[in-house]
Amino acid sequence: MKDLLAQFNKAFESKARLSIMSVLLVNESLSFNALKELLQLTDGNLATHLRALEEAGYLLISKQFVGRKPNTTYTATEAGRQAFADHLNSLESFIKGLG
Amino acid sequence: MYETREHLQTLTEIRSLMERSSKFLSLSGLSGVFAGVVALMGAAAVYWRLDLHYTAYTSYDGTQILFSDAKQDIVRFLMLDGFIVLLVALIGGSLFTIRKARKQGMSIWNTTSKRLLQALFTPLLAGGVFCLGLIHHDLIWLVFPATLVFYGLALLSASRYTVRDLHYLGICEIVLGLLSLFLTGYSLLTWAFGFGVLHIVYGMVMYFKYDAKPENETGVI
Repeated sequence: MKDLLAQFNKAFESKARLSIMSVLLVNESLSFNALKELLQLTDGNLATHLRALEEAGYLLISKQFVGRKPNTTYTATEAGRQAFADHLNSLESFIKGLG
Repeated sequence: MYETREHLQTLTEIRSLMERSSKFLSLSGLSGVFAGVVALMGAAAVYWRLDLHYTAYTSYDGTQILFSDAKQDIVRFLMLDGFIVLLVALIGGSLFTIRKARKQGMSIWNTTSKRLLQALFTPLLAGGVFCLGLIHHDLIWLVFPATLVFYGLALLSASRYTVRDLHYLGICEIVLGLLSLFLTGYSLLTWAFGFGVLHIVYGMVMYFKYDAKPENETGVI
């Protein structure tokens, strides 16, 4: 799948990133810990994927403090939603082409 | 062939993630059954306490004919009974739900459960204060329809964050509450039906629909 996906949006090439975008589309925003628990990824792994998506401009990061603990939440940007929808559309037409 | 199956697996996992991340799916059907049984017991206690003349105290102007001492006594009993039923139903319901979440290997205290509780308790608290106001103004008979209507609204609001089916239970409670507003004199009966029978029916439907399955295929990652 990876080489097939290369024709599509590079930012969504891994399962982890597809998952991150999917859950952020159905949730207004999620914290780092909520994402970690949902996706069952390690801190470093998740952070790398999140950074990649942020650099592509698909995620909005906001940091605030809950009491004394820092709390980072992630929201999908309009560009991210659009890019993800495009990506799904091209996947769909690709699969239709196969059949 | 293997590859295709792997990709399909990925898609299934992502779909399950989307559902799990936005909805709290560990609500147990047994919680509903338990709440219903407790409510029926509570209603039975009221029935027994007020003897067979319960309609006299809860119909439209039934409270007017009572001496104030006896009325105070009965109002206190009703409030205590309702409170104990609510408390026991909540504790028991939570235990069943925690057990189900453990079985699914999911955490009980997360974003979705917080949202669910907030959506449930905002209308419920408003309803509670509203009913205290009714009692304060001596409108005891109105408390029965009001609890049903507010509880139904609370379920309706909570259903956005859990299984869709809760929505229908909410609508049934609201309709029943509104009906009892017009068909006065059956308050205890509608109350027992709304909080007892409806919960048991709902809980059993949920249990057989979601819980009784040997393996929850959407819950595995």
